[in-house]
Amino acid sequence: MPKEITKLIHKYLRHDKKFPHVWCPGCGNGVILGSLIRAIDRLGLEKDEIVLASGIGCSGRMPVYVDFNTLHTTHGRSLTFATGIKLAKPSLTVITVMGDGDATAIGGNHFIHAARRNLNLTAIIINNQIYGMTGGQFSPTTPYGCNASTAPYGHIEQAFSIAELAVTAGASFVGRGTVYHVQLLDKLIENAISKPGFSVVEVISNCHIHFGRRNKMGNPVAMLEWMRDNAVTVEKAGTMTTESLEEKFTIGILADVEKPIYTKEYDKIRERAKS
Amino acid sequence: MTNRSKKKGLLLQGNEAIAEGALAAGCRFFAGYPITPASEIGEFLSARLPQIGGTFIQMEDEISSMGAIIGASLAGVKSMTATSGPGFSLMQENLGFACTTETPCVVVNVMRGGSSTGLPTSPGQGDVMQARWGVHGDHSAIVLAVSTVYDCFEITVRAFNLSEEFRVPVILLSDEVVSHTRENVTLPPHNEVDVIDRRSPSVPPEWYIPYENNSRGVPDMVAFGEGYRYHVTGLIHDVRGFPTQNPEEIKDFTNRQFHKISNNIQRIQMVKTYMMDDADIGIIAYGSVARAARRSVMDARYMGVKAGLLQLITLFPFPQYPVEDVLRQCRRVLVPEMNMGQIYREVKRVNQRATLVEKYNRIDGQFITPDEILRELIKV
Repeated sequence: MPKEITKLIHKYLRHDKKFPHVWCPGCGNGVILGSLIRAIDRLGLEKDEIVLASGIGCSGRMPVYVDFNTLHTTHGRSLTFATGIKLAKPSLTVITVMGDGDATAIGGNHFIHAARRNLNLTAIIINNQIYGMTGGQFSPTTPYGCNASTAPYGHIEQAFSIAELAVTAGASFVGRGTVYHVQLLDKLIENAISKPGFSVVEVISNCHIHFGRRNKMGNPVAMLEWMRDNAVTVEKAGTMTTESLEEKFTIGILADVEKPIYTKEYDKIRERAKS
Repeated sequence: MTNRSKKKGLLLQGNEAIAEGALAAGCRFFAGYPITPASEIGEFLSARLPQIGGTFIQMEDEISSMGAIIGASLAGVKSMTATSGPGFSLMQENLGFACTTETPCVVVNVMRGGSSTGLPTSPGQGDVMQARWGVHGDHSAIVLAVSTVYDCFEITVRAFNLSEEFRVPVILLSDEVVSHTRENVTLPPHNEVDVIDRRSPSVPPEWYIPYENNSRGVPDMVAFGEGYRYHVTGLIHDVRGFPTQNPEEIKDFTNRQFHKISNNIQRIQMVKTYMMDDADIGIIAYGSVARAARRSVMDARYMGVKAGLLQLITLFPFPQYPVEDVLRQCRRVLVPEMNMGQIYREVKRVNQRATLVEKYNRIDGQFITPDEILRELIKV
C-alpha cells in the first residue's frame, strides 16, 4: 500500500506523459514540487482554478508534470504572462515558479515591478545559486569567491539576496525556506498562496551537479546538512549578534504586510470610469 | 464619447481609430509601454477599457507587455499591445512564443524612421521585414498595413478576426503619418461589426487534444480555468502540448504552422485596386504611401498616363496573386516605400516575366508626396 503522502502526490501528477522527469537524482526541485502540492491540497484548491507558470531552466520544467492549467513561458518572463492571466481572470490562483537566474537576472525587472504593483500572484523562486540547466554558469545569487563554469578563477561579483530584494520592492508576503526544512516550506508556500497581494517564497536548494561539485560541497546529503547548519530562523536571528550571523542566512517569514491589491484597485478604476 | 450614431462623423486620429477598432473587435485587455508615435493608443484605451469592464495596464517594458497580452489571451480575453520600432524589437521574443503556442493577439507597430532610436516623430516603413521575420526560427506570420484613419478602424477589426480564426499573432503596421492624421470618419456601431471568435472545443475535457491537427489545421482553443487542463509551452510540442524531440512530431508541428496560413491565403490576403482596369503603369504601395500614390494616379490620368494602383493591406503572407496580375498587365511597376526597398524585393521575387520593376525610396524621415510619385510615373 502506498503511503498517504505518496497517494497525495500522485493525485496531482500527470501520469499520461512526461515521466521520468528531467531533474538529476538528488535535486531539490522535487522536494519543492512536493511542498507545493501539499500546500495546494491543504488549501483545498481545485485543480481547475490553479495556473502554474514557469520560465526557463530546470525550474521551468515543473509545470509539465502536474495536472493544473500549466504554462512554460520564456526566460525570465513568467511573471508577465501571469500578470495577464490574473488580470483577465482574477478568479484563478496564479502561481509562478522561477529559478534564481530566471527571476533576478533576465527577469529582474519584471520581478521588482510585480512586487511593486502588488497583483495577487505567488512567486516561488528556487535559489540554487547557479545556472544548472545550461551547465553551471554563475548567477546573480552565486556568492563572492565561488567557482562557476564562467568564473573559473573565482566569482568577483556580489550576490543578490532574493527575499530581501522582494521585501524592498514591496511584496506583501516574503518567506525564505530550504529544501531541508520541508515542513517550514510547506507552511510558507501555503501562506504565500493564501495571502492576497504579491507573495514570494525563496527556496534555498541544492545543485550538487554544478554548484556543489565546483565548490566542493559534496553530495546532496552534505548540501542539505549545510542548509541545516547555516539556516537561522528569523526569530533566532533577532537574538544573535551580527558577527555570529556572518555566513548564515535567515529562514521564515521576512515580511507579511497589508497593501492595496491591484485587482481591487482596478475595480475602483472601473467604477470611476463608469461614473 | 461613447454614444456614437452611424450618421454622425467623428474627427479621429489614426491611433484613436485603431483603439476604437480593437474595442469593436472585442478586445478587452491592453498592455503597453509608452512610445512615440504609438502612445495615444494606450492613452485612449486606459480611459475606455475600464468603462466596459476591460483592463488596461501599463507594464515596465515592451517585453512584459507582450507577455501580459499572451497571458490574457490564454485566459480567454482578446488582447492587444501597441508600440513603435524599439519596442517592437523587444517584443520579438514573446511574439515568437505567441506563434509557437498559437495564442491569438494583435500587435500594433506604428513605424517611425530609422533603426535604433531612429526618428521618433517621423514616418518610416523600415519594419516590414522585421514584422515578417523578426522572430527567430521558422514561423508563420500575418502582417497588415493601414493607410487611412478609417482603415485603422476596419483593418484592426480584421486583424483581430484573423488572429482568432487562425490562432496567430497578427501584426498591424501603421506609420507616424497614418497614426497622427486626424480625419472625419463615420464608424459603424460596434454591434454591426463582423466579429470572429476563436473556436472552442465541442468535446468534453477528457477528449480534448489541445494541438490537434484537425481538418482546419487550427486547433480548437479553450481558456485556462474552464476545466480543460492542458500544458502550454514555447518548446516544440506534440498534439497534447507536451515537449517533444520526435522528428515526425516536430515536422508535423512546423508544417501545420505554415499550412494553416498558406492553405487560407485567399481569405487572408487583402488588397485594394484603384484605376487598374486599363492601367499600363502600375504602382504597388501600402501604408500612408498608398494614399499619396492614389492621388498621383489621379494626376497621371489627368495628364493622359494610364496609371493604376494596387494597395497592399496584407503584406504577409505576401499577396502574390494580385501582384502577379499587375506584373502581367503593366509594362512598368513602381514600388514607392519609406525604406530602402523591402516590399520592392518581394515584388521582384514574384516577377517572373520581363516587367520593369522600379523602386522609389525615401529614408530621410520625410513623407513621400503625390508629386514625387507622379514625377516617377511620367519619367520615360
